[in-house]
Amino acid sequence: MNARLMWRKTLNVTMLSLTGVCVLITVSVLFFILGYLVYNGGKDLSWNFFTRLPAPVGEVGGGMANAILGSLKLLFLAALFGVPIGLLGGVYLSEFGGRTLPFIVRYTADLLNGVPSIVIGIFAYALIVMPMHHFSTLAGGFALGIMVIPTVLRNTESFLSEVPSSLREGAFAMGANKWKMVATVVLPAASRGILTGVLLALARVAGETAPLLFTAFGNRYWSPGWMQPTSSLPVIIYTYATGPYEDWHRQAWAAGLVLLGLVLVTNILVRAFLSRGTSFERS
Amino acid sequence: MATTPNAATPADLAWSPRALLRRIRSADEIAHVITLIAAATLLLITVLLVYQLWVLSAEARAKFGWSFFVTGTWDPVAGQFGALPFIYGTLVTSAVALMLAVPLGVGGAIFLAELAPPKLSSSLTFVSDLLAAVPSVIYGLLGVFLLVPIMRTTIQPALKRTLGFLPLFQGPAYGIGFLTAGIVLAVMIVPFVLSVSREVLLAVPRDQREAALALGATKWESTWKVVVPAARIGIFGSVFLALARALGETMAVTMVIGNNPKIAASLFSPGYSIAAVLANEFSEATGNLYLSALIELGLVLFLLTFILNGLARLLILVTTARGSGVLPT
Repeated sequence: MNARLMWRKTLNVTMLSLTGVCVLITVSVLFFILGYLVYNGGKDLSWNFFTRLPAPVGEVGGGMANAILGSLKLLFLAALFGVPIGLLGGVYLSEFGGRTLPFIVRYTADLLNGVPSIVIGIFAYALIVMPMHHFSTLAGGFALGIMVIPTVLRNTESFLSEVPSSLREGAFAMGANKWKMVATVVLPAASRGILTGVLLALARVAGETAPLLFTAFGNRYWSPGWMQPTSSLPVIIYTYATGPYEDWHRQAWAAGLVLLGLVLVTNILVRAFLSRGTSFERS
Repeated sequence: MATTPNAATPADLAWSPRALLRRIRSADEIAHVITLIAAATLLLITVLLVYQLWVLSAEARAKFGWSFFVTGTWDPVAGQFGALPFIYGTLVTSAVALMLAVPLGVGGAIFLAELAPPKLSSSLTFVSDLLAAVPSVIYGLLGVFLLVPIMRTTIQPALKRTLGFLPLFQGPAYGIGFLTAGIVLAVMIVPFVLSVSREVLLAVPRDQREAALALGATKWESTWKVVVPAARIGIFGSVFLALARALGETMAVTMVIGNNPKIAASLFSPGYSIAAVLANEFSEATGNLYLSALIELGLVLFLLTFILNGLARLLILVTTARGSGVLPT
């Protein structure tokens, strides 16, 4: 074997192994993050963490019940605001749209999806906080809702367009209107995919901190109703991690573990749910 | 003008009550209009977003003009606002992130697209996608308590010993600063480079690989000299996409960059980024000019990411459409 060939073969093996190392590094980061959070946050998770209010500043103990409830309320608002628009918009793109408008909507959705979350926060601030003159759960939920729309819309569209045309034709042949065909045949056939898309979108915004900083703000107590500032898990992690107290740091780890756990479990469940196949594939 | 009830003609769109009534009588039309409104809402939100940013930054734009982008003083008390340190910090941290993330992501994508068996490839891609789903504040948490101490005690001194002759690696090792923020950003954007690059590599037709192999190329040569160049434009697209993410990333950067508005050549120096100053100062901004200057920063960030994302989508669309004839969803 001549030297040139040797060199080429060595290069081949070296570079190909290096690409493997790249994947290994990337993938191991996730397991490392997870392991480190479990190690640091696991020991401070207790019943109190889920049921108590934060202790007064400087005192040890207390929990994050208000932040957990606040996050749930924000997610509820985000779903209330974002899901219908995303869902109906997706139906429009897939079923009713012509040529030009769907292209523009699709492109805009992708661009809106890439807008930094902090800019969305400014938008919600300008639209809701400024006229009301105070921070509120409503403003935070609105900001998160805007972030939900593009994901749900694109996802709904792609699952709807996978529904076989034979199903649609069957519905038409039975004498259904277009809207009846969409509502009773196409949407149910794609429901599994659409639902998982909604869950993924909500899981994504559940961890968003930046748009909440000056919309939902924060609160050391329960937040009654929808018009008061509220605490939320991501914001409290940020506040506690950058704060000066040792006890805050410990609680930040515990809250981080809860948040990461929720996000990862949702993602994995959704994936498992989807891989069982969509309902129309089996027929 | 006589129209049949079901044929939509321009006359039906006229503002005559009868024409409107006739259109609405059909349930299909109602469904059409409702879904159209939903789709239009998305466009409306985007337009409103741009409009709000533009109008609310008017005061700062009128007062400082273009000098906003080249002045380095950020003094809310004196009413002096220059964005240069923030723009500098955003660009430097993103550049560091790209330098680390692009080789890692493209290398990984080559492995997943060319070498790994399909099953392994898709489960590894799933893990990488999970990495993209980790909330930014969690990266910040690990950055603050894990990476910053390691940087201060180990990595920065080591870099100083070996590469200390470069101005990039001089000065005291604080742990926080441009380099640390860049590393955290790199970890956050690798999944984007990886999964999009994998997608475009997979879209390169099989015959190209086989032709190269048939000519006697090694696997690496066929990959590096044939497949990667064929997917070049799409890979650029993935890099732009990742860059747009890095520019707008807020929490993790805020927590490790040091939050000090200064321009320094050293990567060890604490700095500031556009997103970080928004996160820190927005809710405390007093006075209209201060708020308006911050919103102008938001506008800058928006425009940067908007343009980059638009470009990235086009590039990815071009390669995958040309390669496989199938558009990605």
